[in-house]
Formats: sequence, structure tokens, C-alpha cells
Amino acid sequence: MLTRSVPILITFVVGVVLVVSFFIPHQPFGKLGEDFSVFFDIIASFAFFLGGGNLVRIHLETVGKRKPGWGYSGITLVSFFVTLFIGFSKIGNPWGIQGDLSEYGSPFYVIYESIFTPASATMYALLAFYVASASYRAFRAKNLEATVLLIAAFVILLGRTFVGAVLTAWLPDSLAFLRIPNLANWILVTPNLSGQRAIMIGISLGIISTSLKLILGIERSYLGGDGE
Amino acid sequence: MAKKTFYDRVRDIDRRLIFLFIALSVAIPLIFHLYFPETPTPMTQAVFDKIEHLPAGSRILMDFSYDPASMPEIEPMATAWVRHCLLKKHKIYAIALWPVGPQLASDTFNAAVNFLRNLDPERRIVYGEDYVNLGFKSGAQGVINVLLTNLGTLYSTDINGANIADIPMMNGVVNLKSFDLIASISAGTPGTKELIQFGSVPAGVPLVAGTTSVFAPLLYPYYPAQMLGILGGLKSAAEYDALLFRKIKPQLQARLRLAPKLLQDEIAQLTGDRSLDPAAKRKLVAEKTAALRAVEKADPATLGDRRLMDLAGPVLGYTQKGISRMGPQAVAHLVIVLFIIIGNITYFIDKRRGRR
Repeated sequence: MLTRSVPILITFVVGVVLVVSFFIPHQPFGKLGEDFSVFFDIIASFAFFLGGGNLVRIHLETVGKRKPGWGYSGITLVSFFVTLFIGFSKIGNPWGIQGDLSEYGSPFYVIYESIFTPASATMYALLAFYVASASYRAFRAKNLEATVLLIAAFVILLGRTFVGAVLTAWLPDSLAFLRIPNLANWILVTPNLSGQRAIMIGISLGIISTSLKLILGIERSYLGGDGE
Repeated sequence: MAKKTFYDRVRDIDRRLIFLFIALSVAIPLIFHLYFPETPTPMTQAVFDKIEHLPAGSRILMDFSYDPASMPEIEPMATAWVRHCLLKKHKIYAIALWPVGPQLASDTFNAAVNFLRNLDPERRIVYGEDYVNLGFKSGAQGVINVLLTNLGTLYSTDINGANIADIPMMNGVVNLKSFDLIASISAGTPGTKELIQFGSVPAGVPLVAGTTSVFAPLLYPYYPAQMLGILGGLKSAAEYDALLFRKIKPQLQARLRLAPKLLQDEIAQLTGDRSLDPAAKRKLVAEKTAALRAVEKADPATLGDRRLMDLAGPVLGYTQKGISRMGPQAVAHLVIVLFIIIGNITYFIDKRRGRR
């Protein structure tokens, strides 16, 4: 009973106070709103512990049961513990290991600058290859919708290069809106903007509805179980 | 089995060949330093103008919420902003809503300060007086909510553990309303969107943003009412680089005229330095000697923009990452456009032949 009613009560009180403090930022709501935000930030820090623990549990299980790809899990675990060890070495600096990230040449600095940064950038950069291959195979004018998408993508891609400007620079000023960079800009700030605004308003209404359900205790799935 | 015609080969092109074209389209412009002219869009110009017209000493809260994965696209705009703000003598307060943001902020500050000291050796740029790195705090919207009311509640020290009460530029900084501008550099969530919703709008502080080209369309709905301008992707970063280059070009030329003497002094100093690793020393001396030869041959007053940028790099540490990275991106875009055209031509030919 308490495991459900207490969290629901906390959610109700915090939710109502935060809503009220937004519209009435005076005492006591202003201070309460600030305090609740600080509590939230402190609790959010614990997510790192939770995330780390979860990562170890899942990958240990994968390695232990020799599930497919267990080798990658092994690498993840080794990387995690080595980084954690070096990071904690910042405290007291044992065995001469300098775990301070801002210390040039320290083991943590090397891990960050020489492994983490290039590996992350490489993963992201690989997208360029897949985007090119996927564009060649998927961007076909198969029907009206696909054709509109294709034309928009074409204009945006060209508009983001010097060629877009060069190709249509000959157009007189009275037809400047037809220059490819201007067309690209128009696509971004007119049809894209309208669509994005519509989506955002829809999402916001959904968030308000869900938040109200949470505050009023109607939506209880976040408590786990079936919500009963 | 019938022999494949040229058309069949083009239609069923091996994706590894596409990968090769993309690799070449990126590598060749990088190797040959291909730069293209940039014309600023109104959004980029709006961001530049805002920073340019703020009075000296204005407080700017700069959020570094990105990671190494998005760094190649976002770092150029971060570098350009930090340079511009410090040039204008604004005070920069760096925060991060992403865990790896503070390190990226430190790197950006170091590079920008190094260049500005080379550009104007008499200019004094001091950590804690001109810029400060307040580090990362978890909590996303929660952090912004607290910043809105009381910054000191969350940020009691800077990234180095120094008490903020001991940092001169923190004097008088109470909450978000203490700032003249919020500059959000983000690659996703939490980032610009949250700063607008929970920070800049309730505090009534103007905001400018810089983000990846993928994320930029999601932020356009906030322009221009809640967001004065936005740098979307590498293209905008290159445009900003070009604007900043125009501004500092006379200073660059003046400084490069003095470069031969400065480089000679540096080479002499390096040669006599016994604390350096011999291999590293040789490399540094070779770089400086090459730069010296290049400077001696050129007259900065008559050099074209591209040559001037190339020269200012090794001599003054002036990197134009936006402009230099835009070359590979532009060519890669063109290659993708070309493949889309080929793909559609083969599609229509096949359709006419009744194959699909």
C-alpha cells in the first residue's frame, strides 16, 4: 500500500508546487520550486550509479552465458573498469596515477583524447558512407510523396554547397527567390517550420495530458507492475 | 549468364564503390585545402550582429552541450564564438548539460586564447576574469530551473574546484537574469530547446544557438521570437568564420608582417630549450621553419584571403575549421546528389523497360 501511495503523493505535491511556482513565483512557491529542482538534480546524479550498475550487470550476464557478441561485452567491461579505476585515482593520486582529466598527458586525458574522442567521431563519421549508399538506393521518385521529398532533399543538399549558389547566380534580382540557397532557406523556414510547429504543439498537448495523469495519480505505470 | 553491360554495372553499383567515392570526396579537399566562398544567411548574420553589438564586458552564458561524436561539426562554431566574444571583451561563463562538455569547453578556450594572444600580445586574457568553466551538472531541465533562480545553489565551484566566490568575474552573477546573452552550443537533448523553454524565455534573456545540421530544423520554430539566430551545421559555422575573418583581416595582416622576426625568435628559443623531447623539438622547429619560409616569401597586404588563412594557421594558431571542413562536406554533398541523379535515371529506364 505505502509503496504506491507514497510515490503518488510525492508526485502530486511536487507536480502541483512546480506548476504553481511557474505562475506564482513568489514565496513560498518560488522557494519550494527551487528546492524541488535541486532535489531533482541530486536524484539525477544517482542515475549515473544506476546506469553504471546496469551496464555491468547486463554485460556480465552476456559474458557469463557466452551469448552472441559476448566478446564485445568483455571489451565494454574492461574499458568501463579501467576508466573507472583511473577516474577514481584522482582521489589521493595512488601509485602516481593522475586521474584528472584536465591534466595534460594524464592517463585519463589519454583515454579521453586518444581513444574516446576519435572512436566517437569515427562512429559518427561512418554515417556519411551509409547516407550516400542509402540515398542512391532509396531516394527514387516512385510516387508523388517520394518525389516531393526527393526535390526538397535535392534543393537542401545543393543549397548547402557553393554549387547551389553558382548554378543560379545568373537569375536576376527580381527572381532571387528562385536561387537555390534561397529556395533551401525557404524550405527550412516555411514548410519545415510549419510541420515542426504542428508536431511540437501536438507533443506539448500530449505532455500536458500525460503530466496531468501522473500528477493526479491516474497514470501509474511508472511505479512498475500493472499500475493497479 | 549474360555479360553485364555498362548500364547494368551502374544500376547495380557495388556499395563499396560508393563508399570509395565518398572517402575520396572527403580526403581530396582536405589534402588540397579546398576552400569555397561563403555568403552568410540572415540567421548567421543575426547571431554575429548580436555578439558584435553587445557592449564590451557583457556577460555571456555559453552552454557546451555536445560530445566528441558531434565535435567535428560543432567545434568550429564554438571556437568562432569564443574568439569573437573574447575579441569583443565579453565575459564567458561556460556550463555543460552533457558530461563531456567541460573538457570540450576547455579545449576550445585554450585554442582561442592561444590565437588571441598571438594576434595581440598586449591583450591580457585571464581565466576567472575573462572566462570561466563551471563544468557539468546532471539534471538537464532541473539544472536550468535552478540557474533561473539561483546559480550559486548548484555551482559552488568551477571545473578546477575553485570556490566561485574567489573568482572575480562571478561577482554580481546571481541567476540567469544576470546575463546579457545565452549562447547555446548543443547537439541534442538536453540543450538549446530546454534552455529556451526553461531558461531564456522565463528569464527574458536573449538566446542564440549553434547545433548540428540534423538538429537545426527542430529548433527553427523558435526563430526569431525566442531565439535570435541559429548556426545550423558546418555551413553556418563556415559562414560565421567568414564574417569573423572579414572583421579581423587587418589585424591578421598587421601581425603577419611582424611574423618573420617573431618566428626567428621562437625557433631560436626552441633550439636552445633542453627540456623538450628531441623528436618533438625537431618537429616543432621544422614547422616553424616552414612557416618562416612561407611568411618571408609573402606580403600579407597583397595576399588573397585563402593564402592569408593558410599562412595565419601555422604562424598565429588561426584555424578556420568551419571553412576548411566545409570543402569536404560540399564535395561529399555533390557526390551524393550525383548518385541520387544516377539512381533515378536507372530507375526510370528500368521502369520504361518494365523491369520494376
